Amino acid sequence: MGKRNFPGKGMFFVALLIAAISGCAPSSKPKENKIVIWHWMVDRQSAFSELAKKYETQTGIKVEFKLFFPPDIYSQKVIAAARANTLPDIFGILGEKKIAASFIKSGHILNMTPYMEANSDEWKNSFNPQTLKVDIFTDNNYYGVAPGIYGIPIDTTILNFVYNKELFKKAGLNPDNPPKTLDEFIKDAKAVKEKIGVDGFVCGWGEGWLLNALATEWAINLMGEDKFLKTIKGEVSYTDKDWIKVFSFFSRLKDSGILASGIATMTNKESEDAFSKNKAVFSFNGTWAVNVYAQINPNLDYGFFPLPKVSDKFPLKVWGGAGSSFMVNAKSPQKDKAVSFLKWLTARKQQIFLIDRTHNLPAIKGCSDNLPGVLKHTTEIFGSLTHPDVWPQNENSQVIEVINRGLQQIIMGIKTPEEVAKEIQKTKERISRR
Amino acid sequence: MNSLIKEKTVNFSFIIPALIIFTLFWIYPFFYTFILSFQENDLISAPKFIGLSNFKLVFTSGDWWSSMYNGGFITLWALTFQNILALMLALSVDKIIRLRKFYRVVFFILPVLSEIIIGLLMKQFLASEPVGEDVFNHLLNGLGLGFLAHNWLGTAYVRVITAMVHCWKGFGWAFIIFLAGLQSIPDQLYEAARIDGAGAWHCFTKITLPLLMPVVTLVVVLTILGTMQAFAMILALTGGAGGLTTVPVMVIYDHLRHNIAGLAAAEGLVLGVILVAVSFTMFFISKKIREKYGVLPS
Repeated sequence: MGKRNFPGKGMFFVALLIAAISGCAPSSKPKENKIVIWHWMVDRQSAFSELAKKYETQTGIKVEFKLFFPPDIYSQKVIAAARANTLPDIFGILGEKKIAASFIKSGHILNMTPYMEANSDEWKNSFNPQTLKVDIFTDNNYYGVAPGIYGIPIDTTILNFVYNKELFKKAGLNPDNPPKTLDEFIKDAKAVKEKIGVDGFVCGWGEGWLLNALATEWAINLMGEDKFLKTIKGEVSYTDKDWIKVFSFFSRLKDSGILASGIATMTNKESEDAFSKNKAVFSFNGTWAVNVYAQINPNLDYGFFPLPKVSDKFPLKVWGGAGSSFMVNAKSPQKDKAVSFLKWLTARKQQIFLIDRTHNLPAIKGCSDNLPGVLKHTTEIFGSLTHPDVWPQNENSQVIEVINRGLQQIIMGIKTPEEVAKEIQKTKERISRR
Repeated sequence: MNSLIKEKTVNFSFIIPALIIFTLFWIYPFFYTFILSFQENDLISAPKFIGLSNFKLVFTSGDWWSSMYNGGFITLWALTFQNILALMLALSVDKIIRLRKFYRVVFFILPVLSEIIIGLLMKQFLASEPVGEDVFNHLLNGLGLGFLAHNWLGTAYVRVITAMVHCWKGFGWAFIIFLAGLQSIPDQLYEAARIDGAGAWHCFTKITLPLLMPVVTLVVVLTILGTMQAFAMILALTGGAGGLTTVPVMVIYDHLRHNIAGLAAAEGLVLGVILVAVSFTMFFISKKIREKYGVLPS
């Protein structure tokens, strides 16, 4: 009697398993009048949700912003969705430009050029050119992507130095005169450390990319953008005297004693926390920090200033451009609706709403009056922005890893600039031979 | 005949769910990793077959071997410091009648805690301000040992510190396994030895250690496998610290993060093969030792 029931039970388990697995498959439900957007911007979720409600009221189209955090998890989710063809109508891509290029070549991202250039480039012209540049693939680009605009920036990010005005005053320094050169920077940081015992400089250098950004800015200032780009192409060696000089700036910072303890293992979150709690006088961070500092310490008295120069020979270039961009899923049946929503999102009214709510720089022109006071100066440096995504070619990610690690070792006093330069060049040559 | 087929079908139907799960989540990923390792694959665009290039890159990569060195360094600490401590504690607890259960629980709390929690907790404990709370240095100052105060996570010491934190977190596992092994040794053997005039040292070297050898082998193999694959705690504690604490799984993770899936797969396979080879070597050495001491293989 009991035996007769066994096959049924076994089959039941199999059926259950199949049901469970099929539960992971994409739903075949017909789509409602709704646009789905995936993103990773935890600080903007509430502002996005409010905008979605406004859009629904105006157009009757529902917009759902789905947040996935942390960014690493988000990136993996987007890749998995691309492989399974379950990408949402709108999504963002994190990481290097070559990843976006792979998405485009696989047919996942809609070319926005026709929409951007409609009505005599009306939409295209509304953006800050430097911000939009990050989402443009030019003719004969290195990635082999058909030329065009493939993303819609929703804000602009600039990496800048930031200083604590209150600590400046306490140390007897002029809070309206931040340092302009590396020498002045070290001198001021030392003065603050000696007079009030606060760390000179704090930064999330444990994450590597902030070190890389700073090294890039100093390299361009010292050797010019041409020579810098020739290094990426492999025409100039990392053991060149200019590069060793760039790496030496970091050993100078270390030797001056102004760096916060454990800076080589510090995350950017820890650095932001320390700076907003008046534990260091200088930091190097993105403009998104305005929102972070406001949340941690609304009374923090601080200001941004451009990169302390290391040379007068070449102009300063500041790492910046599109902070976050949205892409439209080329396979989405609602792509036209998605484009319309992005057009609405990047219109002046919505951009000003985002400035007010998130303190980020806008992606479009003509909002400078609405910027937070601390960011007003940034409009002046828009013309000098640079970013790996606008260079003709990106450095290989494995070489970047070795650069970042080498700089961390210089800061920890384990390796010299010369040793690091040799190691980077060795890796570069090994990767090139592949 | 029909009933035999029916019975076999019935029996087979019971293993189908397990077989499907095993195939989907173990067999398929293994073969997929194998295939990936021969490809240039960013997981988005069409993969390209590149033969053994990824393996060539792994074998000639200074970063990879440097991470293996870091993993090996921490493993060496775990094999000696962690396991000797675990064995000593297991020997002590084995003899203690009162509060035995209490000690077992206390020593096993750490392995139960999340690796990330331990990493973040120890970062706060060891790192100087503004990253951490500088608790350890304050403690040293309080004990009059201020001259030892140091930026523990910001200098070349970070590798040793990471190894010590790993050992501190992991000794509970070895302790529990050693304790189970010790409790399986019959008391009569010790009683007989004592009657014959054997002291504590003789009992340990002539009875405990030989009979514990299979357990020691197991602990050694588990320590090697666990430590060489350590990841989360080190990531939370140091984030790699300029490559000084970058272990093999961190390298694989980094390559996956940058969508260099083919290379990451090749690194995973190389690490797997090395670990399997080390495990077999350990079992072989253990067998030889047991044969030498005249202890039957367990």
